[in-house]
Amino acid sequence: MGVDSKRRYLSQLEAEGLKEVVPDDFPGKVIPGGNGGNIVVTTLDSVINWGRSNSLWSLYFGTSCCAIEMMQTGAARNDYSRFGFEVARASARQADLIIIAGTIVNKMAPVLRRLYDQMAEPKYVIAMGACAISGGPFYYNSYSVVKGADHVIPVDVYVPGCPPRPEALLEGMIMLQKKIKTENMSQKVNPIDGYDEGEIV
Amino acid sequence: MTDQEVNTKMKTEEYFVNMGPQHPAAHGVLRLLLTIDGEIIKNVEPDLGYIHRSIEKMCERDSYQQIVHLTDRMDYLSSHINNEAVCLTVEKGLEIEVSDRVKVIRTIIGELTRLASHQLWWGVMGMDLGALTTYFYAFRDRELINDIFEETCGARLTMNYFVPGGLMYDIHPNFVQRTKEFITHFRTKLPEYDRLLTGNVIFEKRMKGVGLLTKEDAISFGATGPVARGSGFASDIRKKDPYSAFDRVDFKEALFTEGDSYARYKVRIMEMWESMSIIEQLIDNIPEGNIKEPTKAVIKLPKGEFYQRVETARGELGVYINSTGTKNPYRVKFRSPGFSNLSVLNHISKGVKIADLVATMASFDFVIPDIDR
Amino acid sequence: MKNEDLQNIINGLAENLEFSEEGSEFLNVIVPKEGLYNLCNQLRSKSDLDFDYAYCITGMDWGKELGVIYHLESTSLKHKIVVKVMTDDRENPILDSVWDIWRTAEFHELEIYDFFGVKFNNHPGLRRLFLTPDWDGWPLRKDYVDEANMIVK
Repeated sequence: MGVDSKRRYLSQLEAEGLKEVVPDDFPGKVIPGGNGGNIVVTTLDSVINWGRSNSLWSLYFGTSCCAIEMMQTGAARNDYSRFGFEVARASARQADLIIIAGTIVNKMAPVLRRLYDQMAEPKYVIAMGACAISGGPFYYNSYSVVKGADHVIPVDVYVPGCPPRPEALLEGMIMLQKKIKTENMSQKVNPIDGYDEGEIV
Repeated sequence: MTDQEVNTKMKTEEYFVNMGPQHPAAHGVLRLLLTIDGEIIKNVEPDLGYIHRSIEKMCERDSYQQIVHLTDRMDYLSSHINNEAVCLTVEKGLEIEVSDRVKVIRTIIGELTRLASHQLWWGVMGMDLGALTTYFYAFRDRELINDIFEETCGARLTMNYFVPGGLMYDIHPNFVQRTKEFITHFRTKLPEYDRLLTGNVIFEKRMKGVGLLTKEDAISFGATGPVARGSGFASDIRKKDPYSAFDRVDFKEALFTEGDSYARYKVRIMEMWESMSIIEQLIDNIPEGNIKEPTKAVIKLPKGEFYQRVETARGELGVYINSTGTKNPYRVKFRSPGFSNLSVLNHISKGVKIADLVATMASFDFVIPDIDR
Repeated sequence: MKNEDLQNIINGLAENLEFSEEGSEFLNVIVPKEGLYNLCNQLRSKSDLDFDYAYCITGMDWGKELGVIYHLESTSLKHKIVVKVMTDDRENPILDSVWDIWRTAEFHELEIYDFFGVKFNNHPGLRRLFLTPDWDGWPLRKDYVDEANMIVK
């Protein structure tokens, strides 16, 4: 539905007769915003979301070539600490973002899952590079590559490229910040619920 | 209690510690199983395979031009030199002689890659020992080389500019001038690196006398590259079996005999000076000639075995292709430098502390996808 | 040293050796598997041969036989040679290990065991190096089929 500066509630549109906003085959869930009854909660939401999105600390997790471009994004010319991603933490219990930079292999998949489970909520995931999205150049004829990191953990933002430029990774991170700003505290769904059984939220 | 009383009266046990796949000082996904007694290491056992992508099996179903794209991702810091190894092997099989222009350009770009790889090594090594400034200095200068590559080859990290038979397209008109500007700029920066780390008292105390490797052990374990040259084994392929344009340039081979981590550090700094000297000798007179020799669209090597070795930033990379005459190779084997260098680690870390192990691994300069292929 | 001189010296060291130079730029010596350890010991210790640097140890599946190819070089006398050994038994292939002659063979033989299934006598500890310990099968053999993981093009 996107981020709008002017809030419009479905009930408002219904009243005005302009309801044709959501088509029938829309592949998501539409949550009606309420009739202005929860003004206090929405302001609290925006403060909390502002705090969360502007200070995401990522975990050191780079397996192969994309890790070099991630290090280059953290270095002096393109600097991700101007957006709040100040430090990269070595321990998963102190991080709230994991950037999967590199190929995930059959032997590494349980390690990734364990690291994700060790993180405290709320936690977010960015899949960087073609290998983490779908197996990349190693899709055909390889017996040991997991064809996409979203077979192991649920992913929020996908950044394509082989390897993606630092500017592309920064756009992915800013897109994640925008996604966090639209969250609603009372209706927050944990993406790992039902993930192992195959339901995708 | 005096030291002697502590050693004889207190009973301690050995225990296992896992220096796991996700670790800030592990240079990638390497798992080390340490058996330690207090802080002294008794045994180091590496556990590999956390980035094993079965490149050798994939090559058996690809054509020869497609194999070049996979070698980029093996040792991604010297990607051009990996491409050059496969291209030279295929050209040896087809018996093609490339023109002088191609040889000189391949040499210049190879030396620029070696400079970029050593810059990143220097930055990350300071970070492993606790000095974060070196990281920012090294990456600031590395961006300039990335800019040169981006203008000519099109990408920053995985470039695929060399093809069997020559180059993909001609160099950009600005290439020569930008390279000369970079060399002039970097000649003033490398003494700054020396002032930061080389004469530093803390650095010297942590690196001198740590991780000793003798010359006979280096030959027997098959260690190559700066690891072997720090122990006195003259293993530079650019001098032993010269390829491309290395037989017409004049450079010194960096060789020290102490065998500790400080000697390996000095080898790489000297290699950076020598690389700049090689580029300066070649950049002004690039000869004219063909960019690419004509080959068929579907390359078929004749029946037989072909082997070619090159010197990457980490050591000797060997490519062995066994072909039966069809359009895919029958078996491809990459003799990677990191695999043999890693087998030395257990031998030289008996009886040292964990902090010394971290310093030794930093001076070895591992890239784990190169070991796991 | 030239290839003919090398051939003359090595011919006297063991029995049933085959020499060939076609299809390769080095001299190839094919040795039966019983004589492998002895020949390698002599190649290392004789002073006019002095092959002390094994720069590439490759496992190979020729279709019917499995085997190992050793590329050797001498750092003092600057000559190179290739030694090949093969075995017919695909169910239980066993060869001799040369890890005490060239220490680099310890890790390379672990890799060959992992991918081809070739066992080595007198090796300090054979184990799976790259794949998980419960992996089924030997991936780099030519008759390896894995429909779950491999998408074949």
